[in-house]
Amino acid sequence: MTEINVRVDGVAYADAVEPRTLLVHYLREQLGKVGTVVGCDTSNCGACTVHLDGEAVKSCTVLAVQADGCEVTTIEGIAPQGSLHPMQKAFHEMHGLQCGFCTPGMIMASIDLVNDNPNPTDDEVREGIEGNLCRCTGYQNIVRAVQQAAAEMSGGAPTSSETLGAQS
Amino acid sequence: MIPAAFAYARPTTIDEALQAVADGGEDVKIMAGGQSLIPVMRLRLAAPETVVDLTRVAEMRGVREEGDAIVIGAMTTHSDVLSDPLIAQWAPLIADATETVADRQVRHRGTFGGALAHADPAGDLPAVALALDAEFVIAGLNGRRTVGAAEFFVDYLTTALEEGELLVEIRVPKLQGTWGMHYEKFNRVAQAWSIVAVAAAVRREGGVIAEARIGLTNMGPVPLRASGVEAALAGAEATAEAIAAAADRAAEGTSPSSDLNAQADYRQHLVTVLTRRAVTAAAGL
Ligand SMILES: Cc1cc2nc3c(=O)[nH]c(=O)nc-3n(C[C@H](O)[C@H](O)[C@H](O)COP(=O)(O)OP(=O)(O)OC[C@H]3O[C@@H](n4cnc5c(N)ncnc54)[C@H](O)[C@@H]3O)c2cc1C
Ligand code: FES
Ligand code: FES
Repeated sequence: MTEINVRVDGVAYADAVEPRTLLVHYLREQLGKVGTVVGCDTSNCGACTVHLDGEAVKSCTVLAVQADGCEVTTIEGIAPQGSLHPMQKAFHEMHGLQCGFCTPGMIMASIDLVNDNPNPTDDEVREGIEGNLCRCTGYQNIVRAVQQAAAEMSGGAPTSSETLGAQS
Repeated sequence: MIPAAFAYARPTTIDEALQAVADGGEDVKIMAGGQSLIPVMRLRLAAPETVVDLTRVAEMRGVREEGDAIVIGAMTTHSDVLSDPLIAQWAPLIADATETVADRQVRHRGTFGGALAHADPAGDLPAVALALDAEFVIAGLNGRRTVGAAEFFVDYLTTALEEGELLVEIRVPKLQGTWGMHYEKFNRVAQAWSIVAVAAAVRREGGVIAEARIGLTNMGPVPLRASGVEAALAGAEATAEAIAAAADRAAEGTSPSSDLNAQADYRQHLVTVLTRRAVTAAAGL
């Protein structure tokens, strides 16, 4: 067992983990943060995406010991209890989800994208979330949601006319 | 799945890392970004006794200028490569190819050195390193040695790295004159590996192509230089016809595999098309 000190969603934890423990399993099983999910065995689906020191990573492809000394943010920590992050709100309003399984990872990847690119085009959103698979939505409404949230996060109005038409 | 149990070492210097590898027992694995290693450990295709994690070896990260070369630390992540000004200035081909690697999450962790040491024939960076005549600086307990790109890639997933050795940094010579560069990758779905890809660097002198360097991805067990195309382009007019005629030679001497993505003959046709596109873009046409 190896000792780790890690902050997750603003709370400091000191824990002993086996080196082989994947970060996603530490989050779900040791800390009970089951908002982050596992969707594949091959590092492809992105459902497990969290932020490690502010950058989106696939938490199934990082060891828990590698998060020692780091700050982890999961889908459970992006907004205060009882409120929604602009990205969560936009996914809700734009129908950016159906079954919802991909959604935690989609939202974490999208926030990371918008942090780098506050006003992404359709193509830039698609490229930006290429590491996240959705088997339900066909992506169209996800792209709209990300653009709506991007506009809100940068304090402006939505830029794409597609975004405005999406609620019908 | 969960990887099999292993002992874990997290050195902070190259010397400590070499010692940890030497002390790690029979089956030691070096971990860079873990973006190829952790997936194979999860599938239990690898079950090392010890993992030596290089994440905290700060001296292996970053890009610096050293005389007539830029030197890229093996642990420089793909996303750091993408924002590096020296790479943008001297070797934009590397950034062009890195942008096509995987997805932003994987690029935050995966490293330049890890991708080269992994030496997957479908990996995008080996052919780029070969086209740019990069040199690989390898450290062992007995000192350092430097290996050219053509000798570094030995076979399928096999490099010149001996047991106990670390790839420390990669020296990329600064090209003199005005070069255009382009990486042309063909795959079918997002975040997929190359079915075939072509790395091209072209130096023009007015209306003539003075020199071209072409690296091929996934046209054999190791990355290849398209020397027939390079010879045909040297001194050729920078026109669509001349480039197309030269690109027709791109499959010479290649031995691509057949797999579920493509048959060998399809790859040999595709490589001529992608070479034409890559050279055309690199020549600024
Ligand atoms: C979903 C997904 C999609 C991907 N798509 C692409 C793609 O399109 N194109 C592409 O090129 N790659 C792709 N990759 C691979 C990615 O580029 C990896 O980052 C890279 O192959 C390995 O880099 P790493 O730093 O993660 O190395 P690791 O996984 O840590 O190591 C890989 C291998 O290299 C050895 N090694 C690493 N560093 C050193 C060193 N310094 N000295 C000696 N040995 C070393 C390790 O022991 C191991 O055997 C993809 C990966 C994933 C998960
Ligand atoms: S669970 Fe699929 S990428 Fe992590
Ligand atoms: S909403 Fe079901 S997988 Fe995306």
